[in-house]
Amino acid sequence: MNELSASSRITYRAVMVRPGVARRIRGLSDRTLAWLFITPTIVLLLAINIFPLLWTIYLSFTNYRANRANVPTIWLGADWYQSILTDPDIWAAMQVTAHFVIWTVVIETVLGFGLAYLIDKKFRGHGMWTTIILLPMMLSPAVVGNFWTFLYQPQIGLFNYVVAFFTGRAASSFQMLGDVTLSPWAIVIVDAWMWTPYVMLICLAGLRSIPDYIYEAAEVDRASKWRQFWSITLPMALPFIMLAVLFRGIENFKMFDMVNLLTGGGPGSTTEVASITLKRAAFESWRTGYSSAFAIILFVTVFGLANIYVKALNKVKSR
Amino acid sequence: MTSATTAHSVVEPSTTTRRFAGTLVVLYAIITMIPLVWIMLTAFKSPDDAISYPPKVMFKPSLEGFCNLFTTRSRQTPEFIRSLGPPQGLCDDIARSRNMVVAGPSNYVPRFVNSLIIAFGSTVLAVALGTLSAYGFSRFRVPLKDDLLFFILSTRMMPPIAVAIPIYLMYRTIGLSDTRLGMILLYTSVNVSLAVWLLKGFIDEIPREYEEAAMIDGYTRFQAFVKVVLPQATTGIAATAIFCLIFAWNEYAFAVLLTSGNAQTAPPFIPIIIGEGGQDWPAVAAGTTLFLVPIVVFTVLLRKHLLRGITFGAVRK
Repeated sequence: MNELSASSRITYRAVMVRPGVARRIRGLSDRTLAWLFITPTIVLLLAINIFPLLWTIYLSFTNYRANRANVPTIWLGADWYQSILTDPDIWAAMQVTAHFVIWTVVIETVLGFGLAYLIDKKFRGHGMWTTIILLPMMLSPAVVGNFWTFLYQPQIGLFNYVVAFFTGRAASSFQMLGDVTLSPWAIVIVDAWMWTPYVMLICLAGLRSIPDYIYEAAEVDRASKWRQFWSITLPMALPFIMLAVLFRGIENFKMFDMVNLLTGGGPGSTTEVASITLKRAAFESWRTGYSSAFAIILFVTVFGLANIYVKALNKVKSR
Repeated sequence: MTSATTAHSVVEPSTTTRRFAGTLVVLYAIITMIPLVWIMLTAFKSPDDAISYPPKVMFKPSLEGFCNLFTTRSRQTPEFIRSLGPPQGLCDDIARSRNMVVAGPSNYVPRFVNSLIIAFGSTVLAVALGTLSAYGFSRFRVPLKDDLLFFILSTRMMPPIAVAIPIYLMYRTIGLSDTRLGMILLYTSVNVSLAVWLLKGFIDEIPREYEEAAMIDGYTRFQAFVKVVLPQATTGIAATAIFCLIFAWNEYAFAVLLTSGNAQTAPPFIPIIIGEGGQDWPAVAAGTTLFLVPIVVFTVLLRKHLLRGITFGAVRK
């Protein structure tokens, strides 16, 4: 009895002592370690993303110009926002952006899903060919844009030669980058060339996630291949397709590098997507306050659209 | 998936279907490769062959593009060239045949070196920070965890030009404009969000039991992280590093707006390689080819993890 209580007292003591001792032996507590591990990343993002964002918001309410730093800064309120939202040039840029985003996303989704569907048939060597197809999306958009200007040259370019070869028109009779009707399509073609593999890769993951037994059950029920495609393949791959559309939509809404090198927004402003308008206002006309306001509007637009889309995506996923 | 039992399953595509699908995919792959192959061929053409019509598929290979990429040349009178000694090296020889002499090295090598330093510097930082945070988010109960993770991701949604405006002002004030350090910090901040999301996925997949066992054996939490988790996560860390490297290597918008000479990387430089009377296409093609080759190698190395990388770890195979 006595012995037992003594031993239990010892145990009690050990339990009491252990956390403190353990902390000393084991070093930092999990809580401290968690914050030590996470804080550097948060600090870096606060310094290089959030602080600049707040600064942009402040500047968007002022007349500040980066090339005239000595001029006293005047608070303008929401003037820039008002003038941007009523500026026909801005709406023209938004239309160019919408044309670019919608057509690239549509073409890339159709081609990308088609390719994924074909690759999913697992023909011989599909792994190697998939890797080859994926190459364009890994390259630098700027360098890609630059070398496509070479392919699009009316006199010497390969693209014009191939089109001329198949249509019988003279290769120098059309300018992909110099013509107001063709240039919006020239940037769509390059983007589709580059990013179709991206959509393909995500769709392929979607197709591979569909278990075989569903198709087997459909076969037992004598559902036609056509019916299987519309009732099984497409609905089950839909969350993946939507994810690809989301990523491509956001990326292309922000598109700058490839278009800047292909056309620089020209001819005129026919390919002037929002980011190029922003660059011209911020780094060519040095209208810092104005461009900050436009930057905030763009950011809010991307963020808002992405949020709505993610909600829709989650609805599809949970179905 | 491809076990013997499913070989004759009703859902396996027939041989005809497979051949048909294969043909179409191979056709697409070939068409999609033509622009890339063309740029590599152009790198080995003489300027005259590069701009001939119809485009030449067969041509006499020349290193003039590479010579023009690495050197600057000046035009001289034939008399002056004759008065010089024998040509120094292949490039001088080619230049002299066009009534020019090599004046000095071009800026391509310094720009390429900048690209290397900035890409590797930012990758090391982003992966180091990313690994720590990913482990923190994966293993510990962090208040507002989902909000923090979403915040980290949302920094990626900003258009680069929008970020560039205040960064330009900020760097001008603190003296980081056109410095490698400034670019390294900027690319780190962009890459760290990718690194956290990808690595969290990889670390989530490592069973906690390993660390717990190590900690029962007397390791501290930190020792368990270093000696148990890190070795397990090597593949994931390597894949993440390559993704960060590719982003920093390819980046153009920040580089063109925030650097001018000192810290300029290759992407803003390649498009402005010009010769006499317009762009020197073989030299541009040579610069492009040298710039793209590392990416092609990395893509092949990375092919198993590509899907994860491009979706921020949202889709895993």
